[in-house]
Amino acid sequence: MAEKSYRDAVRDAIFEEMERDDSVVIMGEDIGVYEGTFRITAGMLDKFGENRVIDTPIAEAGIVGTAIGMAMTGMRPIVEMMTFNFALVAADQILNHAAKIRYFSGGQLDIPMVIRGPHGAGVGLSAQHSQSFEAFFGHFPGLVVVAPSTPADAKGLLKSAIRGKDPVIFLENAALYAIKGEVPDDSDFTVPIGTSTIARKGADVTIVASGKMVHLSLAAAKTLEEEDGIDCEVVDIRAIRPLDVAPVIESVRKTHRAVVVQEQWKPFGFAAEIASSIMDEAFDELDAPVIRVTGADVPMPYARNLELLAVPHEPDVIQAVRDVAYANGV
Amino acid sequence: MAKRAEKKKTEPALGEIAAPEWERILREMVLVRKFEEASEKAFRKGKIGGYLHVYSGQEAVVAGITSALRKDDIVYAGYRDHAHALLLGSDPKDVMAELYGKASGVSKGKGGSMHLFDVDRGLYGGYGIVGGHLPLAAGTAYSLRYSGTDRVCVCFFGDGAMNIGSFHEALNMAGLWGKRGMCPVIFVIENNGYAMGTSVDRHSAVTDLSARVEAYAIPSEKVDGQDTFAMRGVADRVISQVRMTGRPYCIEAITYRFSGHGAADLFQPYRSKEEVEESRHRDPILILSKRLREMTGLTDEDLQEMSDWADEEVAEAVRFAEEAEEPDPKELFEDVIALEPGREPDGDVSSPLHWGPRDEGGGEEDEEDEEAEDAEDVEAAASSEQAGDEEGEEE
Repeated sequence: MAEKSYRDAVRDAIFEEMERDDSVVIMGEDIGVYEGTFRITAGMLDKFGENRVIDTPIAEAGIVGTAIGMAMTGMRPIVEMMTFNFALVAADQILNHAAKIRYFSGGQLDIPMVIRGPHGAGVGLSAQHSQSFEAFFGHFPGLVVVAPSTPADAKGLLKSAIRGKDPVIFLENAALYAIKGEVPDDSDFTVPIGTSTIARKGADVTIVASGKMVHLSLAAAKTLEEEDGIDCEVVDIRAIRPLDVAPVIESVRKTHRAVVVQEQWKPFGFAAEIASSIMDEAFDELDAPVIRVTGADVPMPYARNLELLAVPHEPDVIQAVRDVAYANGV
Repeated sequence: MAKRAEKKKTEPALGEIAAPEWERILREMVLVRKFEEASEKAFRKGKIGGYLHVYSGQEAVVAGITSALRKDDIVYAGYRDHAHALLLGSDPKDVMAELYGKASGVSKGKGGSMHLFDVDRGLYGGYGIVGGHLPLAAGTAYSLRYSGTDRVCVCFFGDGAMNIGSFHEALNMAGLWGKRGMCPVIFVIENNGYAMGTSVDRHSAVTDLSARVEAYAIPSEKVDGQDTFAMRGVADRVISQVRMTGRPYCIEAITYRFSGHGAADLFQPYRSKEEVEESRHRDPILILSKRLREMTGLTDEDLQEMSDWADEEVAEAVRFAEEAEEPDPKELFEDVIALEPGREPDGDVSSPLHWGPRDEGGGEEDEEDEEAEDAEDVEAAASSEQAGDEEGEEE
């Protein structure tokens, strides 16, 4: 095991898979000569050449569409979205083509491709560059959606995504690139997609989160233990679709209380899906209504103070856990 | 992986195609026409759901191109895709069953009229978003070249598709990749004069469509899409050129659809009855029949026999579709994704092109060497083309 940044974990996954399999290529805007806006593809053009590290024009629909055509005929393209916000420009290709071809061809074709890149808010980029996409892509059957929170999961899940047969939306929260963690050295280390994991064991309240929100949930859990003696269990939903809610249900059977944390807007979101799943499968276990901690229901403002108000923070999670545990004297 | 010997295979040029093949092409065009008439009839009876867009009047365009393709080439179509499937050799019974939404349909009853797929015959799909499939074709062309073959990809689309962003993005990328000999795609504009009910001069600021393509460094030419001879002649020349150079090309086929945009387009306020009537004089089936009477001595009896054969084939297809089983209800949840949650991916992609991981079987290094050689061949083909030295390519 070695201590690695999330950024290096992502890069290593791509690099190792490209070394392993000639059918894996990477394509996107400024990923070659420029070496990637977030430096994920540094050194790849030199190593693999321009036929495998494909610098593209600014043409998201064209990039995703051509990648689909490659994937349908034996290649395994990885598309880098400079930011996932630009994936909206390619929405037709992702949602109407990649997600549906397997189905309406009656299973004649696999679409083994990964669309990956940074998403999320909180770094002063205003409304067009600060969106979170778990719920958006998670809504569409035919896609696989992954949102890892740790460097190890980033590497293991990305390798699984590259080796799989499906179109995978791989969401890297931009704020996580610099975090560090232990990552197995084994170049065949993979994490199966479609599994949630317990990020922290606890007995009193279940906190459910994904991606960057896992980290503020863990920080909140630490504070709650120290200040209130509330022992929180944190479930990390590291793949949004297919969604593994079993660990959440199991946890709720133990704690009888749940808080769900998401960076996105509240309506029709990830947290609503989790809360509803808990109700479907463990309604009788609940001692309190599930509480959602979410971003503010507005396009992201630029001003620092407003931006801070628009996304969830540790105190928001602490407050929600106290509420759901009736620790505020209600 | 294709070997050099295959690359040298030459298709017969215009006029050199043997009589039986021309008659086979005509026979298949007659089949397409009869199939479309039957599908319209079935639609009116409520047997076929959704939309139905028939190809009547345009048969020469697809027939001319597909008859010049190799079996391992790949074809993409838009939503008016029945002719593409039939002329690539899909069983009319399975195509009709697909229109009827039956389990034995080419797409298992999950695609319908607009999404016919027959991968074994090179049909990588009909697509319902106008122009959305163009980037797929460009990517597939890249993939064919990347894997060291000389296969080509043909992408059919209507004049209306030229106004969607995907058209411009796909052609720009094809033009760029073509400079490196990495995009053997042939874009075929099925210019029937109308994007649904909007005529070319009302939807395109520049109505010379092949000229618009040249803006992306993709050479193009116009051809009479009602004349199968002309279509086949262009196809032979262009396909062999694209196969050799790995560079894209565009064929604008000037054609006409006899029926409405879709089976529900009954009144056609955008064009006059006279115009449609006039176009009937340019029926590709009549034109080809006339040529073959002169050229091969085709007789009325021969034509009658073809017509009877096509009637029987289509009647059989309709009977088959009527009686075929509906999809099993469990099919509803099949084919959504390949992944089984929580399981390690097996990495085995079912695509017929997949060349497998390096560690499969023995002779690993030989395989790599071969790939490298093929890649060199591709590059050599591209550079010899650049130098105008096509002789060198023939070895």
